[in-house]
Amino acid sequence: MDGLLDHADVVGQHLRRESGGDSGETGSALATPAAAIARRALRAPKRAAAPPADGRAPPFPFSAIVAQEEMKRALLLAAIDPSIGGVLIFGDRGTGKSTAVRALAALLPPMRAVVGDPYQAAPRAGVRGQKTHLVPVPVVDLPLGATEDRVVGALDLEKALASGEKAFQPGLLARANRGFLYIDEANLLEDHLVDVLLDVAASGENVVEREGLSIRHPARFVLVGSGNPEEGELRPQLLDRFGLSVEVATPVDLPTRIAVVKRRDAYDRDPRGFCAQWQTADQAIGRRLTAGRKRLAQIETSDAALTRVAELCLHLGTDGLRGELTLMRAARALAALEGAQEVLDVHIRTVAPMALRHRLRRNPLDEAGSTVRVERALAEVFGP
Amino acid sequence: MTVPGASATEVPALTPWRIAEIAAALLALDGASIGGVSLRAPAGTVREAWLTHLSTLRGGAPCARMPAGIGDARLLGGLDLTATLAMGRPVAERGLLAEVDGGVLIVAMAERVEAATAAKLCAVVDAGAVTVERDGIALTVPTRFAIVALDEGIAADERPAAALTDRLALRLDLTALSHREVEPPVFDAESIAAARDRVAATIDDETIACLCTAALALGIGSTRTALQAVKVARLVAALAGREAVAPEDAALAAALVLAPRATQLPARSEEADAHEPEPESDPQPESPPSESDDQAAAPPRDLDEMVLDAAKAAIPAGLLAQLLAAGGRTKARAAGRAGQLQKAARRGRIIGSKAGDLRCGARLDVVETLRAAAPWQRLRQSEAAMVGRNGLIVRREDFRIARYKQRSETATLFVVDASGSSALQRLAEAKGAVRLLLAECYVRRDEVALIAFRKAQAEIVLPPTRSLVAAERALAGLPGGGATPLATAIEAACALADAVRRKGRTPALVFMTDGRANIDRGGRQGRAQAQADALAAARSLRGEGFNAILIDTSPQPQPQAADIAAAMGGLYLPLPQADAAGVGRAVGLALAAGR
Repeated sequence: MDGLLDHADVVGQHLRRESGGDSGETGSALATPAAAIARRALRAPKRAAAPPADGRAPPFPFSAIVAQEEMKRALLLAAIDPSIGGVLIFGDRGTGKSTAVRALAALLPPMRAVVGDPYQAAPRAGVRGQKTHLVPVPVVDLPLGATEDRVVGALDLEKALASGEKAFQPGLLARANRGFLYIDEANLLEDHLVDVLLDVAASGENVVEREGLSIRHPARFVLVGSGNPEEGELRPQLLDRFGLSVEVATPVDLPTRIAVVKRRDAYDRDPRGFCAQWQTADQAIGRRLTAGRKRLAQIETSDAALTRVAELCLHLGTDGLRGELTLMRAARALAALEGAQEVLDVHIRTVAPMALRHRLRRNPLDEAGSTVRVERALAEVFGP
Repeated sequence: MTVPGASATEVPALTPWRIAEIAAALLALDGASIGGVSLRAPAGTVREAWLTHLSTLRGGAPCARMPAGIGDARLLGGLDLTATLAMGRPVAERGLLAEVDGGVLIVAMAERVEAATAAKLCAVVDAGAVTVERDGIALTVPTRFAIVALDEGIAADERPAAALTDRLALRLDLTALSHREVEPPVFDAESIAAARDRVAATIDDETIACLCTAALALGIGSTRTALQAVKVARLVAALAGREAVAPEDAALAAALVLAPRATQLPARSEEADAHEPEPESDPQPESPPSESDDQAAAPPRDLDEMVLDAAKAAIPAGLLAQLLAAGGRTKARAAGRAGQLQKAARRGRIIGSKAGDLRCGARLDVVETLRAAAPWQRLRQSEAAMVGRNGLIVRREDFRIARYKQRSETATLFVVDASGSSALQRLAEAKGAVRLLLAECYVRRDEVALIAFRKAQAEIVLPPTRSLVAAERALAGLPGGGATPLATAIEAACALADAVRRKGRTPALVFMTDGRANIDRGGRQGRAQAQADALAAARSLRGEGFNAILIDTSPQPQPQAADIAAAMGGLYLPLPQADAAGVGRAVGLALAAGR
């Protein structure tokens, strides 16, 4: 039992350090010698800014998504506390995986960023005379078929051709900084791109070396991946890099299914009108998100809660601290979202499946799915 | 004005061709809103007639053909290198998907389209736009198009990617249709143009609910399908000249969208009995679903029932027979020789290139390397001029290495003896070993397939898949008992391995049996003939050059099993000498060595 308490202590320290105000945002960290060139040469990639601006329909509203509570909750938790480390959504076709992620973009309250910064860096504390503005939190879609140069950034081709000038053109990772990076069909993404993404997601920094130019820029983002298990499993290495993992299934009861079809049909016929109808509901969720974020630092995590979490992880035999940390962070984010003062058992129980199910060692001889195993352990630790 | 084919009374019988014609009309009307059609038919006059009909109805809308092996640059667009170098600024090239905006994309040999390509196509369809993030180009081009996926598959498992067909509302099978059944058209371009004003036909909640109910009753999981049925119902109403969806429109939509996807019969037993199909396994060319005649003539009844009956009537006879007889499982049979043999597949085929170092074994993709270097020449030459160099400057970061399919992908086919002679506790052990091997295959990202044999037949329990969950489920549900048709099993395994190889993957066969064959190829009892047939089948397997392993599951090692292993030129592993984990390791090593 001593070991367990020690363990809980380590996790507790981790968490306390985090809530101590260090946001981890250090602004645009162009620290290399090439930084000066890069800063001069930086330019935003040529593209229409937000999707609705090009005349396309606004995304399906988040609040109008029927059922799929776990998926919605996981996304909100990741939005409250990005350090949870990403969400993996696996499940049947046509269950609204992509819809939910794209809908999230519309919910997120805008963030303050330095004007003209290609990485939409947060204003640095103590620096005067910075021009800042409110920008939408980026939710960047990584299209299948994207090439590596556009993902990590490369030399600006136009400048190279026109004036023979070396300039860095930031890629999708730069655009996703401080926001979300979404990979649909994560299991179909090219392996070498997956490696780059994991590397950057883990370090929070993107390093590009090209034509003698060396660029280093912050790339902190919440990685959201989705996929269909029928298309192939995800590499195990990729699996446990995600903080939360949700399984979505097609609803089987008729009223839910009818509601899904009706809402989607109404949206397809008149996207703008439909979104207007759900605007109030979406705004309410947005306010809960903002309030949750503010409250997050004040959420108490009692030793009892830490012990519970440690016990649960020990029971399931998850390796390392990552599972415990994620579970605790997710429980804390849920407490913040629900307006609680401290992390309660109910919060831990709610988020345990999504925080742990993808961390269990695969046991080919155990017929039970990982969700069932987590639930079994929950019943044993918390009682029925 | 009423459009021909307006109501049920005007169309006396919905022949397969008539259904196909209605599908073409719906595509011409607003194909993009319903995704498109998956058309299973061999290349031939019937398919040509349908495509011609479609293009007549569509008038001058653009139409593009997508070859199965299309590259990303052509599909999505990217940098137009020639124009870029000529103009001295980046020039984007529009991809096929952007070009076909407002028209029809014909996907040729859709069953051979890679899952990754299909996923890109789906992403564009879902977003209603092509997002290009390639070669220094970043742009988003809105595009809407209908897809006609030409599926020329013959074997049951030769199908277009499910992700793609899931997005196509309509599904036609003209395989069994002869050119004599092609009828003169009912619709023309003018009737389509007239219907176009009404595509926003209204649909009431009751009808939506009833289409959802019918989808669920037919065992269709995806809610996307029910949504597609709603949209098709709306277009059908528009085609019939109505402002609101009438019951018969919903019924026709159910027949078009839901019926071909049915995985079960609605749970109304007396109805199901009435529709007992003729005991035939192959759909005969001249057997269109006959029930449709009575359906159309029947007086309107309860909406729910009407929609469901329409769907049921349209379920192809072959599908019904398959559902009832096999419970949805695919029977093992000799794979058809559809498609071309890929000559290069055995040595790996180039599927693209990636940036990388030239280490040993890597092959430089010269064209791609030069392409990568070309745009930077001006920049580099201005630098090089300072040190007095000229000519083409290729740097290390330009190197592009050819990527092969072959090196990475193996499909392990497990052929498991589930007969009575492999006593049941041995079967349990065999299952344990298979599970361990499955877990290993999963780590290596291999595909696995499972063939079980017992009584008089071998059955593909699990077609090649990467899904561990599916494999474990198939294994858990494996029944045991009966005779040992070893020869048939080896032949089935050979056929599947051949199909796998033609897809460009390397098959590896793992047999788990006691080798005591007692049913010969003809399905007759008799140990001696059965054994001889099994040896002959094993020799022909060796002739194909497949990598094989035989795991002897009998309590004492059997000479027969060792003989068969030798005949197929494979490794022989007696299970008694090793526990399941030991066998797993041995097979892993053997497979790695055989690569």
